[in-house]
Amino acid sequence: MSTYTKKQVSDLVKGDLDWDTLHRMLSMPKDKERYSHYISVLQEQVDWDDRIILPLGPHLFLAETGEDKSLVTKCECGYEYGDYQKNWKLNALIYVRDSEEKMQQVYPKLMAPDTGWQVYREYYCPSCGTMHDVEAPTPWYPVIHDFQPDLKAFFDWLDLPAPVNA
Amino acid sequence: MTIQETIVSSETKPASLLRSGLTLNDHRNLMLQRTKETGFYDGLEKLEFKESDPIGYERIFSKLRAGLVNSREVAKKIAASPIVEQEGELCFTLYNVAGDCIATSTGIIIHVGTMGAAIKYMIQNNWESNPGINPGDMFTNNDCQIGNVHPCDIATIVPIFHEGNLIGWVGGVTHVIDVGAVGPGSMSNGQIQRFGDGVQITCRKTGVNDTPLRDWLHESQRNVRTPKYWILDEKTRIAGCHMIRDLVEETVREEGIEAYEKFASEVIEDGRRGLTSRIRSMTIPGKIRTVAFVDVPYSHEDVVVPSPFAKVDTIMHAPCEITVKPDATWRLDFEGCSRWGWHTYNANPVAFTSGIWVMMTQSLVPTERINDGARYATEFRLPKGTWTNPDDRRTAHADAWHFLVSSWSSLWRGISRSYFGRGYLEEVNAGNSNPCNWLQGGGINQEGEIHAVNSFETAACGTGACAVKDGLNHAAAIWNPEGDMGDIEIWELAEPLLYMGRTIKTNTGGYGKYRGGLGFETLRMVWGSADWTMFFMGNGYMNSDWGLMGGYPAATGYRFEAHNTGLLERIQNGQSLPQGKDRDPGEREFEKHLGADAQVKRDKQCITTEAIFENGDLYLNYLRGGPGFGDPLDRDPDAIEDDLNQNFLLPEFAEKVYGVVISQNKAGDWSVDRQKTAARRLDVRRERIARGKPTQQWIEDERQKILDKEASLQVQQMFASSFRLSEKFLGEFKTFWDLPAGWDLKEEDLGIPMFGAKHHMDLSELPDVHPVIMTEQ
Repeated sequence: MSTYTKKQVSDLVKGDLDWDTLHRMLSMPKDKERYSHYISVLQEQVDWDDRIILPLGPHLFLAETGEDKSLVTKCECGYEYGDYQKNWKLNALIYVRDSEEKMQQVYPKLMAPDTGWQVYREYYCPSCGTMHDVEAPTPWYPVIHDFQPDLKAFFDWLDLPAPVNA
Repeated sequence: MTIQETIVSSETKPASLLRSGLTLNDHRNLMLQRTKETGFYDGLEKLEFKESDPIGYERIFSKLRAGLVNSREVAKKIAASPIVEQEGELCFTLYNVAGDCIATSTGIIIHVGTMGAAIKYMIQNNWESNPGINPGDMFTNNDCQIGNVHPCDIATIVPIFHEGNLIGWVGGVTHVIDVGAVGPGSMSNGQIQRFGDGVQITCRKTGVNDTPLRDWLHESQRNVRTPKYWILDEKTRIAGCHMIRDLVEETVREEGIEAYEKFASEVIEDGRRGLTSRIRSMTIPGKIRTVAFVDVPYSHEDVVVPSPFAKVDTIMHAPCEITVKPDATWRLDFEGCSRWGWHTYNANPVAFTSGIWVMMTQSLVPTERINDGARYATEFRLPKGTWTNPDDRRTAHADAWHFLVSSWSSLWRGISRSYFGRGYLEEVNAGNSNPCNWLQGGGINQEGEIHAVNSFETAACGTGACAVKDGLNHAAAIWNPEGDMGDIEIWELAEPLLYMGRTIKTNTGGYGKYRGGLGFETLRMVWGSADWTMFFMGNGYMNSDWGLMGGYPAATGYRFEAHNTGLLERIQNGQSLPQGKDRDPGEREFEKHLGADAQVKRDKQCITTEAIFENGDLYLNYLRGGPGFGDPLDRDPDAIEDDLNQNFLLPEFAEKVYGVVISQNKAGDWSVDRQKTAARRLDVRRERIARGKPTQQWIEDERQKILDKEASLQVQQMFASSFRLSEKFLGEFKTFWDLPAGWDLKEEDLGIPMFGAKHHMDLSELPDVHPVIMTEQ
């Protein structure tokens, strides 16, 4: 079992980790304490004090917030998308590339989908404009609820106390 | 897992092949029963051998695994087909008596499951009675209704005996270059049913006393276009299987039969535990939802098929719900998949489930200990009647990969959310490309022989981006992780197609903080053929991958072919030639170097059937890039500068997507102005907020389109097909869009042929046929 320092995990998050260590991370059994280092590194990167429970993207978190310790999905900028069990995308901004003209803003002619078959749905933070996700479904497709973690079981696996509202 | 309770047969019951005196079917049933009752493979709550003699256990594993890999490396040198010899499209696997995989070689390890399914089919259908299973026998299988991926994967299966008792099986598979389908090439189009999909062999006894039967050799060679490759592939498989059989016999001599047989069960339970251990250490319990699509554009005039009911545009659909359970097992449920279709992209459940391990060995279980244990730790649900579990025995499967790889890309994306959440960023992969195009065709080649080709350059597409680094350029394909585009010189020997150029494909990696790996393109000119056809096979109207956490999907495919090019005259006259770089397809660079009368097809129609190509005609083989990770505005300006200067990215999209301010010096070098870029990126964020619409508001608009039935025919057909097979999917759809209770969408109302939707006949309806079912359906 390999172990890593918080500095190494911080470098990993920044994309600056040296290749030898990165390769060791890939090839060796996983280090269970990674989660704690990771959360600690991320917590230092955000401007708010709410406790990060689970990162959902580079700028999107499941966080324990307020005095009631309710669990919400939250942008790095502080914008809250509501209860963590609800799909955060429903409270985001959406921009749909559903015409050839809109598609050609992101790919050259012939190298983007035909919008009669497929569209791109970009989800932005209403506050800071971060693009948290791009869906590429057919028209009519329901918004995908990507991930619904079982926090109690997860913290049991980690041998850590679960958030009170998990 | 079904249990074939009783074998009803008029055959005389043969003497048992097992020391226990049981039939093979009874032996397997007892094993399945013990597994079901205890939750441990074969009831092995304790791994007695491993725990009491760990060194002996490891000695056997290491010897067998090394021998499997060695046999593959030696045997592939016998093959002449570049698909096998260059690309390594072969694999050898060792099974226990019940047909469960003990260990496998490197290579196309999807066949761990497919060959295992063939062995189980023989067990379940009383092969021991007829045609009999004896030392020295060889069986050949490529039947897609037993579990094979597509007919070109030919498996040779050899039983292994010790002192007169069966102790296991070894299987070897190669991807042959042609199986005599309607369309030439191993993964062809044109046929829409099994009856045109090439020769299919159902666990046929093709050899006795270690010698292939003459009738088999004569018949099989004349059923394919490329007999020399066929025979050398057959010798490759037989040589590998016999090397491994020798190895097992040697192992039994050294370790004893009791140790070997204990090992052959315990190693599978060990594999089962290995997967749950990895799930627990790497993932997060909960539900992950994901979905994949691929286009089947068959209404186009360049798709010529024999039956009018296949001339429709359709979309293949694979939603998946991955449930990681608190006990660290998992369930993959594909409720809502669309129906199988009249094309060659259908898949057997075994091809689907076994193939997933090809992907998982590249992330979740990156270990040499891949065996059937992982399958026992996984619940699969593939609803009957869908494209991955057809309920009709007419289905064609020649290019099952068209959607298999697309649907797996979504799983990779889904499971990467777990890795990301736990901080295992090094494991995150935005997905795989749909590795295509498949350049295929045939006719009379430069040697004056009947020939068929399938260029495996596509084994080196761009990979998906990671959460800490870019995807790899022209590096790998999910179905064969060796990743090799093959040598130009070898392909030119194998195909009457000269290389006008081979170069990285600009702007094909999905954008993101870390971009997807780029694909590449090769421009081929037909040369030296007598009669020659080719066709295209890939995705064009749709993407198969999506990008992850703000990253974009990779670029889609497009088609370029040119006829009556005037190139032979231009070569004689010393004029300029197209040399392989189609940097921006809108600029039509190739056309600047063709004769005035050239006929060019440059469009999104990336699936075609045989078209005539004369010497001097051109074909662009464009191999796709991988999807991106993270918001492109987070990409390091230095990386963008590198991309521009290496011609990986078009300046227009550096500006539009990455929000950089760039300039070019007189020497042609690009640079990014960091200060202006920071300001520009703030503007891009503001522009996003300005053009974005609250999702709830957009839902209202989209809902109205659904009520108005405002969508293309292919989109409506896809939904109607899924609704017909899944009331649950229909219910969830209606709930999400808040549709009236009476709302429905039926294929009957779309005005397109729907052969197969209502009337079909399953393989199980044939007399005396007991299919092997290993998934919930």
